[in-house]
Amino acid sequence: MAKVVIDGVTYEVNPDNNLLQECLSQGLDLPYFCWHPCMGSVGACRQCAIKQYRDADDKNGMLVMACMTPATDGAIISIDDEQAKSFRASVIESLMISHPHDCPVCEEGGECHLQDMTLMSGHNYRRYDKKKVTHRNQYLGPFLNHEMNRCITCYRCVRYYDDYAGGTDLSAQASHHHVYFGRHEEGVLESEFSGNLVEVCPTGVFTDKAFSQHYSRKWDLQTAPSVCVGCSVGCNTAPGERYGTLRRIVNRYNNEVNGYFLCDRGRFGFDFVNNEGRLRDAVKQQGDTSQALSGEQVQSVINEFKTGKTIGIGSPRASNESNFALRALVGEDNFYAGYSDTEHEATQLILQLAKDKAFHSPSIREIEQADAIVILGEDVTNVAPRIALALRQSVRNKALELASNSRIPQWQDAAVRELAQHDRSPLSILSTYVSRLDDVASDRVVDTLQNLAGIAYAVANTIASQSPSSSDVPTEHASVIEKIAAQLQAAKRPLLIAGSTSGNLELIKAAANIARALQQQKSTAVDLCLLVPEVNSLGMGMLTTAENKLGRALAKLQDGSATQAIVLENDLYRRAPQATVDAALEKADKLLVLDQLGTATTAKADYVLPTTAFSEHEASYINYEGRAQLSFQVHRCHSGAMPAWSWLGAEQVDEFDALVNRCASEAKGFSNLSKILPDPASFIAGMKVPRQSHRYSGRTAMKANINVHEPKQAEDPGSVMSFSMEGIPAQKDADVLASSWAPGWNSNQSISKFQDEVNGELKQGHPGTLLITRETAAAGYFDPADSSVSPSANELQVSLAYQIFGSDELSAKSNSVQQRMTDAFIGLSPEDAQARELSQGDTVKLGTTESNAVVCIRTGIKSGSAVIYCGDGQVNPTELPQCIEITKSGEQNLLRGIEGLIVSDLLEEDY
Amino acid sequence: MFNLIKDTLISQVVTLWRVLLHMFVKADTVEYPDEMPYMFPRWRGRIILSRDPDGEERCVACNLCAVACPVDCIALQKTEDEEGRWYPEFFRINFSRCIMCGFCEEACPTNAIQLTPDFEMAEYERQDMVWEKEDLLISGTGKYHDYNFYKVAGKKIGGKDKGEAQNEAVPVNVRSLLP
Repeated sequence: MAKVVIDGVTYEVNPDNNLLQECLSQGLDLPYFCWHPCMGSVGACRQCAIKQYRDADDKNGMLVMACMTPATDGAIISIDDEQAKSFRASVIESLMISHPHDCPVCEEGGECHLQDMTLMSGHNYRRYDKKKVTHRNQYLGPFLNHEMNRCITCYRCVRYYDDYAGGTDLSAQASHHHVYFGRHEEGVLESEFSGNLVEVCPTGVFTDKAFSQHYSRKWDLQTAPSVCVGCSVGCNTAPGERYGTLRRIVNRYNNEVNGYFLCDRGRFGFDFVNNEGRLRDAVKQQGDTSQALSGEQVQSVINEFKTGKTIGIGSPRASNESNFALRALVGEDNFYAGYSDTEHEATQLILQLAKDKAFHSPSIREIEQADAIVILGEDVTNVAPRIALALRQSVRNKALELASNSRIPQWQDAAVRELAQHDRSPLSILSTYVSRLDDVASDRVVDTLQNLAGIAYAVANTIASQSPSSSDVPTEHASVIEKIAAQLQAAKRPLLIAGSTSGNLELIKAAANIARALQQQKSTAVDLCLLVPEVNSLGMGMLTTAENKLGRALAKLQDGSATQAIVLENDLYRRAPQATVDAALEKADKLLVLDQLGTATTAKADYVLPTTAFSEHEASYINYEGRAQLSFQVHRCHSGAMPAWSWLGAEQVDEFDALVNRCASEAKGFSNLSKILPDPASFIAGMKVPRQSHRYSGRTAMKANINVHEPKQAEDPGSVMSFSMEGIPAQKDADVLASSWAPGWNSNQSISKFQDEVNGELKQGHPGTLLITRETAAAGYFDPADSSVSPSANELQVSLAYQIFGSDELSAKSNSVQQRMTDAFIGLSPEDAQARELSQGDTVKLGTTESNAVVCIRTGIKSGSAVIYCGDGQVNPTELPQCIEITKSGEQNLLRGIEGLIVSDLLEEDY
Repeated sequence: MFNLIKDTLISQVVTLWRVLLHMFVKADTVEYPDEMPYMFPRWRGRIILSRDPDGEERCVACNLCAVACPVDCIALQKTEDEEGRWYPEFFRINFSRCIMCGFCEEACPTNAIQLTPDFEMAEYERQDMVWEKEDLLISGTGKYHDYNFYKVAGKKIGGKDKGEAQNEAVPVNVRSLLP
């Protein structure tokens, strides 16, 4: 710790940081633009000027940029100095010279960092009377609006998009006061993390296009802390609602999980909540007719299911509480997994490894600290996108190391990048096809899943000879195996990434072997990140026994040992072959399906109960690391939908906490779940946390067209939050932070007022609770199974591909996401395509299935293998055999083609 | 005794005298509704939405009036035409809550919302005091005749391209390196 005197007051600061960061950490107001807590300093905007004095006798001092000055011990500085103040005022005046006077029609207005900083610096009148520079805007795709006139050239966008997120299609163009930030030509911004530009840009150059179409100001959005349901990472979000519809999602800071950034699936994939096709009423279906059910009728239906041979099928996209409620209703033995059998096996294996003391499941912050990474078979960018963004930071650890060797502070962003050039920490990607992280990878191995597993076993064997080696390793990979083993051994914090989406258990086992081999050398737990595809895959997996696979449930229905089934928020036609599901559902006497949107499964149901979407109920989910996180209800649902657990009669709607406590005490492995609930004792005088801001407008007019007599504010007796403006907002002492706001800080940058230090923990937040405790002593190595596949002459070996836009069932119903989706495609190597006389964009029939896919020819695929992306339910992955023969199909019934496909930024012409 | 008379009786007599004098003064009140009083232009009465000099809606649905309103009686929703001009999809004032404070007019950055001298807004049904955009929008500019927000703001709308707003240079050619 160092001592720094700021305006006569002595503060204890961290000497590794710069003065701007430390001033903000101490809660002081100092305006800035180009500095970002996650991106360090470049000193571009000159807005954070302060006075620094040589010693106590120095009365004149000199102006320095706080963000470019280290917080050295004994420094004496002044923020309030008149000269510093007038310097800052003149800087903002120059920055504002060409600002277009359009705040009223700007989506950033009211949460604009530029507005805040202008006010803070004291600039209020434009003295410059010459002409304003103007720019043409670009079309940037379905997610973002572009309004270049508002730019103040702080360079944050390109520093985020290019340097931080690894994008290649946004750049600074032109020179002097003509500088322009955009693409080389109009078109979709390719990066999967482009949405963060909305929050990174300090003004309104990049704004949320979908939000703009039904815009409301930040203060008018009813907001609550929520968790993204797009994938298994569980990023923290703050969805906003107005007039009964969900309007947008912004990032909610969690220092352990997502930090300051979300992926585009999470940010733009919420629109299914407002979908016209949402199920609204409880109905009984007979043939083509459906009849609405009253509350008592539903109760008697549920009672019918309580007796008799009923099985329940859970869902990896439903909350712990809903899965638990179903399990409680049908009994543990009759509760079955709601995903494919291979995924169930993989998830059970992952849960088993999660208890092993030899491994550590890294949070995103920890992933960013890894200095040697191996990815085994997972397409991280499309399966758990936020982790891909973290991996782009971890490869920079080499640069940070070089910088500290040269005594360059880590926050000196430009200097650190300049010094390291293209030196990166090793990242080895072993996959069946090209990935979006290839541009930062040190080694890429493209091969079949079996061979990849063989390579991984060989790496483990190279590190520790006790680890068994697989027989089928192609000799061409010998040097890569040596290299990866050496890199992992040399690393301080190696990281292995595998998971269940590759569909190959061997890869998970091989990753565990490598990690175990490293653990025995380092004798500390090694980071093993095992990915699962959906928001609560792990939670449902923990509630299901190993034997209770979906296949067994369907078999029981078919052979009559179960006659009734309850399906929870799940489309079985995506989880098992169509013929099997059809046969099972035909046999079932009664089928009850609970879901948010109609699916092929709800069409077959005898009873359909509508359930609430993620923003309409309180719920907990368990992410890939076993972290349980609480997601609050944002707004009320105005249809007949209820949370699934409420339908299933577990508890009353307002007894969520009781259900969580019951789940914690009854379900094995969930004993820590109660810790996620906010402590009611921490609420002053029993007052709740308001979901509406203190500036929330229109309360007496919103519903006046229906009835001029205002309804009573909706009550929420079971929650610590209220549907009103009244209560203890987070800027006071509330335990729950929905949306950050501090006096003078209306933008998302106000988050620094809620952190114990910049980039630190939130004072008013909950990072979640790790549910799985590592108890078992290190088990032995896995033996490789003989899984060799021998395709016949015409066949191709199949592996699955995923897409950030489309692979997730719910986000694929969002309007803006749909514009980025492609059809199901089959990736082929040029040789295979040529041999079959196929060209790019042809439609082919996949083996014996009824499904078609578009041909996508890439050199980054091994010949003899095919990579199949299933689209949004267009191809059923469980129907695909290991080896497939494809035939050209005359049918052109596909919707979107593959024009929107973005495969890799690297060597695009090669693919 | 004398003091008592001085303090009370004289005062009463003076008061009576002054009241008597008022019989010969011209009345301030008028025989409303037979005779309409003169209302000052800046009187804070019925709220209207005005149009700009080109006849287009001035309101850009920025929501500032709604947030300034101390009784929260304004609700609106932004929408946009094909060419990027913002306007309210609906704009509702609940006059049964309105306190005619004029904060909305002060907050309005486009001079769209204005208070007028009209005060005759009584209704038999309270529900009839909820006014929608169709009821509020007038066909003129109201009190402020010249201001046209989009002529000043640098946002492109139909009929006004980039660089055509007040004090704006033509859009930059990004490919040019000339100073």
